[in-house]
Amino acid sequence: MTVPSAVAQVTRSFQRMSDVRAGANGLNCILWTDREAALADARAVDARADRGPLAGMPFAVKDNIATLDLPTTCGSRILEGYVSPYEATVITRLREAGGVVIGKTNCDEFAMGSSTEYSAWGPARNPVDCSRVPGGSSGGSAAAVAAGIVRMALGSETGGSVRQPAAYCGVVGVKPTYGRVSRYGLVAFASSLDQVGVFGVAVQDAAIATELIAGRDARDATSVEHAVPRYRDAADRPLAGLVIGRPREYFPPTLDSRVAALCDRALDAMRAEGAEVRDVSLPHTSLAIPVYYIIAPAEASSNLARFDGVRYGARAAGEGLRAMYEHTRSRGFGPEVTRRILLGTYVLSAGYYDAYYRKAQQVRTLIAEDFTSVFASGVHVLFTPTAPTPAFPLGAKSDPYEMYLNDIFTATANLAGVPGMSLPVGRLDGLPVGGQFMAPHFDEFAMFRAAFGLERALGAEAHA
Amino acid sequence: MTTTRDVASDVAERYEMVVGLEVHVQLRTITKAFCCCSTSFGAAPNVNTCPVCLALPGTLPVLNEQAVLLAVRAAQALECTVNEESLFARKNYFYPDLPKGYQISQFDRPLAEHGRLVIGTRSDGSPAVVGITRLHMEEDAGKSVHDRFPGVSAIDLNRAGVPLIEIVSEPDMRSASEAGTYLRRLRQILEYIDVSDVNMEEGSLRVDANVSARPHGETRLGTKTEVKNMNSFSGVERALEAEFRRQCAMLDRGERVAQMTMLWDATRGEVRPARSKEQSHDYRYFPEPDLPPLRVRLEWIARVRADLPELPQAKRERFSREFGLAAADVEVLTAAAPLADYFERLVAAHPDAKTSANWVMGEVLAALNASGGSIADFPVHPAALARLLDLVRDGAVSHSAAKRIFEIMVRSGDPADVIASREGLLQVRDADELGRWVDEVFAEHPVEAQRFKSGERKLQGVLVGFVMKRSGGRADPKRVNQLLAERAGGG
Repeated sequence: MTVPSAVAQVTRSFQRMSDVRAGANGLNCILWTDREAALADARAVDARADRGPLAGMPFAVKDNIATLDLPTTCGSRILEGYVSPYEATVITRLREAGGVVIGKTNCDEFAMGSSTEYSAWGPARNPVDCSRVPGGSSGGSAAAVAAGIVRMALGSETGGSVRQPAAYCGVVGVKPTYGRVSRYGLVAFASSLDQVGVFGVAVQDAAIATELIAGRDARDATSVEHAVPRYRDAADRPLAGLVIGRPREYFPPTLDSRVAALCDRALDAMRAEGAEVRDVSLPHTSLAIPVYYIIAPAEASSNLARFDGVRYGARAAGEGLRAMYEHTRSRGFGPEVTRRILLGTYVLSAGYYDAYYRKAQQVRTLIAEDFTSVFASGVHVLFTPTAPTPAFPLGAKSDPYEMYLNDIFTATANLAGVPGMSLPVGRLDGLPVGGQFMAPHFDEFAMFRAAFGLERALGAEAHA
Repeated sequence: MTTTRDVASDVAERYEMVVGLEVHVQLRTITKAFCCCSTSFGAAPNVNTCPVCLALPGTLPVLNEQAVLLAVRAAQALECTVNEESLFARKNYFYPDLPKGYQISQFDRPLAEHGRLVIGTRSDGSPAVVGITRLHMEEDAGKSVHDRFPGVSAIDLNRAGVPLIEIVSEPDMRSASEAGTYLRRLRQILEYIDVSDVNMEEGSLRVDANVSARPHGETRLGTKTEVKNMNSFSGVERALEAEFRRQCAMLDRGERVAQMTMLWDATRGEVRPARSKEQSHDYRYFPEPDLPPLRVRLEWIARVRADLPELPQAKRERFSREFGLAAADVEVLTAAAPLADYFERLVAAHPDAKTSANWVMGEVLAALNASGGSIADFPVHPAALARLLDLVRDGAVSHSAAKRIFEIMVRSGDPADVIASREGLLQVRDADELGRWVDEVFAEHPVEAQRFKSGERKLQGVLVGFVMKRSGGRADPKRVNQLLAERAGGG
């Protein structure tokens, strides 16, 4: 089968964008596009002797990853109209592999949120049910994949921001190990947790994209030199012999029993394929949310200090320096970002540092050790629900804390630095439900092996 | 009746000054601490910048290994213990010349600690030592220019991200002059090991001082204030004196010294409190998540130490031991390593250390001062100067002729022998020629000659002068004296 030309693929993407009304008056999943620039890129790929492994495949990029030509606003007014003069390492890698950027996707402002409702450019909607959120913060990327605009999209994670929207939109979402993928060009939210992630229609798409962006980058001192296997090859590996841990803390009595049942059906399907399922425990799981909501805002309060109106982005007039800062930042940042900056500033203040930040880092170590010991016990991967519920209606969660609880099953992987991914395991009242795999540091291969196996085992049931 | 000023100095005598210094030093790297921009001084504003040091969204720091090397060199030269693992931390504050809104620094796990610097010798002969609390790495901020454009401030980020070390001393200094000595010694060491330009005017070395006062005999420390805005070592000394007098006067009135930041005004010669926003911040330090812990291997640390050149203190001790020179002379000769090297090469070729030292400290330094050049480019090489000194020692040229020859050597680079004969500056020691000049002088001054011959020996000096004059300064005065003595009457 011959692969269609890059131009044909990109043309088809833009056609689909218009068919599904991907813009501001529809799904609002794509914020910025430049059809002519994308077609020019496509023609350049077609002109190459070797079109690369992606062979002209269009992909969408979360608005917090630096791209040339298209704006990079992080869903924030403070970066309205900002175009980066350099591009992120992950973008360079995908473009070199023959990928074509077709647009920037909507997200919660500076990736802070779980519904894409906290975007300065209006909420994105879930293609499965337009009255519901696509999840977040990478909701626009998940929606663009679910709506069939692209097979592949980039997102970013700080606490589940790829996996949760993947689950809500019924697509595959991967968060690689911390240090696996360069963060250069990903606008920082919480540097010790942030990681670029990928979305795909199927496990295969996500595996290819992960493989292409993985690997050490001299521009990111936290990226790690560690051999990158061909994740696609995991598709050929049977489930027989795989030991899957089912951590009881992720199946609490309060969990919607229908979500638990779909996950257990997935476990049964894998067991039927020869996998061994073990009950395991990650005892510090319940501490993940409080720890996450100390560490992430603390780092964010520092990372977002650079948006001061001095060098780029929006600047509000003010009498004197202090007033300029205050007006710029209070008008430029939305309420959730402001809330987290205040929270983070507070927990880092003299006199509170030890009680909050230092303590949170200590507990973070305990959470990471939970994973280390369960993987040391012979478990290859863990399987859990990705989120406690399917996608909720727009505007349903007005209490920030309730919104934060969406990350309850995903924040642990960011805190521990281990890889995680979500893939569809069925539907509840027509809404997708995701199941999550987590694996040891740098063992994305085991995670993909399990995911390919589950995808095979469930077949059409994954979307039913 | 006493003046106010006298009262103030009396007060000061009842108290002891306690000083600790924080010195920021720009490291002499080619590129910045966390990006590949040039560190060169004096470029057009904002030319030496890139997405990283402009803190564009999404950029990350990558540590410059050369900066680590220079920082470890400095740490070793100050006898610090270098930590095998240190941590970078973010120091958060808002200012337009701080692009990220935080400075990457080190906080609770610095690169090096527990060093010492000898600043002199106490009256009992023991070394006077200032402890170094810590030495850590950080990055510089940019520059704000408030007086250039009416109504607006301008920002130049060329300096943003230039690597610095901060050297924090213990409160071990007891006077402004000790603080001055510490700074001069510190600068000398940093120059010796070639890690910085250490130029206070260009800002590659900056000093903040912590100072407190306490009654003599008190062992607890008084409340300190921080004094900033000094732009020379003598400015530091004067600022310390001013702040110390202010504190003493307060203590004497029974008031408490408040912990605060004072700014030195060099023009008015006084300190004044900084505006409240320049007072202490809550910097909200936390470990820098974008940089892994800085790990240096013990063997590497040892290798850096082994590669250090001879340091000023060791050189001073060796010079007084090997060359038997006075402490003050040693001080001058070892002021800078290239000068000390020059002297050593001179002594190697002309072993009279005292004469060599006098020439280096006198003629050589005077010539350098006049030309503004550096010893490394000095046209008279040590071997060439040694040859000139040989000529003086052997009586072939007089001391005053040697000075003229030296001046010509500096200008032309020609060898001393060539100049001496070309300019007719070789001393005449030939008895016949000298005898002729003596005869001529006697003929010209018959009265003096007669009195001299009759035994008036005190006229010998006058006659030697006449002979020297007649010879155009070329006669060897020693020989002339001998000749005259032979002809003296009364004998």
